[in-house]
Amino acid sequence: MNILVCISNVPDTTSKINFIENDSKFDSNGVQYIINPNDEFGLTKAVWMKESNAANVTVLTVGDQSAETILRKCLAIGADKAVRIDCDANDAYSVAKEIEAHCQSINYDLIICGRESIDYNGGLVPGLIAGLLNYNFVTNCVSLEITDSKATCAREISGGTEISECEIPLVIGSQKGLVEESDLIIPNMRGIMMARQKPLEVLEAKNISAKTSDKKFHKPEAKSEVKLVKPDELDKLIDLLENEAKVI
Amino acid sequence: MGVLVYIESEENKYKKTAYEALSYGKALADKMGVKVSGLVFNCSDTDSLKKYGADKIITIDNSDFEKFSSKKYSHALAEVIKSENSSVVILSSSADSKFLGAHLSGITDSSYVSNVVGIPESISPFVVKRTCFTNKAFSSTEMIDGLRIISVSSNSFGMIESFNDSTVESFSPEKVNSNQRTIKIEKETGSITIADADIVVSAGRGLKGPENWEMIESLADTLGAATACSKPVSDMGWRPHSEHVGQTGKPVSSNLYIAIGISGAIQHLAGINSSKVKVVINSDPEAPFFKAADYGVVGDAFEVIPELIEKLKDRK
Ligand SMILES: Cc1cc2nc3c(=O)[nH]c(=O)nc-3n(C[C@H](O)[C@H](O)[C@H](O)COP(=O)(O)OP(=O)(O)OC[C@H]3O[C@@H](n4cnc5c(N)ncnc54)[C@H](O)[C@@H]3O)c2cc1C
Repeated sequence: MNILVCISNVPDTTSKINFIENDSKFDSNGVQYIINPNDEFGLTKAVWMKESNAANVTVLTVGDQSAETILRKCLAIGADKAVRIDCDANDAYSVAKEIEAHCQSINYDLIICGRESIDYNGGLVPGLIAGLLNYNFVTNCVSLEITDSKATCAREISGGTEISECEIPLVIGSQKGLVEESDLIIPNMRGIMMARQKPLEVLEAKNISAKTSDKKFHKPEAKSEVKLVKPDELDKLIDLLENEAKVI
Repeated sequence: MGVLVYIESEENKYKKTAYEALSYGKALADKMGVKVSGLVFNCSDTDSLKKYGADKIITIDNSDFEKFSSKKYSHALAEVIKSENSSVVILSSSADSKFLGAHLSGITDSSYVSNVVGIPESISPFVVKRTCFTNKAFSSTEMIDGLRIISVSSNSFGMIESFNDSTVESFSPEKVNSNQRTIKIEKETGSITIADADIVVSAGRGLKGPENWEMIESLADTLGAATACSKPVSDMGWRPHSEHVGQTGKPVSSNLYIAIGISGAIQHLAGINSSKVKVVINSDPEAPFFKAADYGVVGDAFEVIPELIEKLKDRK
């Protein structure tokens, strides 16, 4: 079985969010990049499937050269091969189109993307890929079993889970639950050494034009000071919530 | 030209977020000078939609759509978009709607922006405001010409009544073949979900252990709220994953968020920041949450919470 895991290179969760060039661009100066957390759950699952499903795991990112650091990390975690499509990833649509084009040349049985990225939080790429390729699609995926060509998936829905069955090829949006936090693989020395030998292919982009563009960023207004209520005056808190904030 | 709103229903009832999406669609249609239609799957109530300004309600009544399927629903939507000549599609931010939106933009080759807050700043060019970097910033995003899909962030626009004596039309989409089928839906009954809740009561590691959640549930009950928790609490198995909120968990955009024994780490705050009013209860006056909250109590949760429940009950 051939598995593709799409990886997004995102700012570390503690990064300071600032903008440059007249607030039109994210300031990546001094920012540490990490594998998008939702993608990492999917990658771990894919690495497990190397054994359970005799799978071959390719990781892919659409981005510039700076994204190769996290691709190497994915190889150290256990992916067999890495692909970078060389362009600036600015818009979900063009990213999905680049991935679609790659998937037209190599047939993957399973494409795993994180449910959403923690930078733009759009949650668009997995659905777009599924729609463009006309593959089955399950997002917010918290469990996946593939036997022969049949997949059984669980999806988190509002207030519960939904179990469904379908044929592969399939696109899933992964998140915590697909594997647990404690299952995430921390690369060891051997993994890191082996990763250096594994192929990292750089592909030319199709340079598809974007459908959306960020014109201007701005940060939320500074908050006003917290109003403190003494623990022995809780009636006051209830009054404030009822009459001032009007939320209860 | 026109605005089409996907109106999500469950068991013959609409969700609050569906009315919000329709209110948004109506306001957008007014700004664009076009009409707004609502699309409904298997729900007989069309009257309540008139309240929120739909010019036309399109109903699909077909057992093939009994259970949500992103493939079937998005193909049906694509057909309606064509027949109505819609130029903008509005969805809510529910789990199903976001699932559907992404799929729909793939099959219709259109632009899609999610987490949108507020009516477009301008129509030509078409610029919408959305949250990004998990609520740490906003972006004014331009969407190119052609079909546009927008997911409205929950509680960002509100439900706005404006009566319209809508016409009702039924629509029969072509059958879509799909080998994907729902086998089972497991739902907790009775509890309010984080996505639908006006009030969320959330607790963290300060609660010391799962056995102490009774008072959290009791407070939530008293307020008619959903319960949530910080990441370590779900990682340790004190609470189910579905309650984990924050940057890597569920987003919360409720009217009121009450954080008990939660320090207010940047990753936690990122996910709950778009809630309107935040209350923190923490024994440590230095906890970072106090910088992000509107109201705070410096105190021991084990004393404050039972008393708060008592006082709330007294007032009822
Ligand atoms: C990549 C990444 C992603 C993350 N994503 C998330 C996320 O999505 N969501 C999330 O929540 N976290 C996330 N975290 C973890 C985050 O950094 C914090 O570790 C976590 O939020 C802390 O949880 P907590 O506030 O419950 O616990 P703690 O930080 O241990 O805080 C407990 C608080 O309880 C208070 N307390 C103790 N006893 C009492 C008492 N008797 N009464 C009242 N207060 C008391 C303490 O003063 C303290 O402030 C992430 C971390 C990383 C690295």
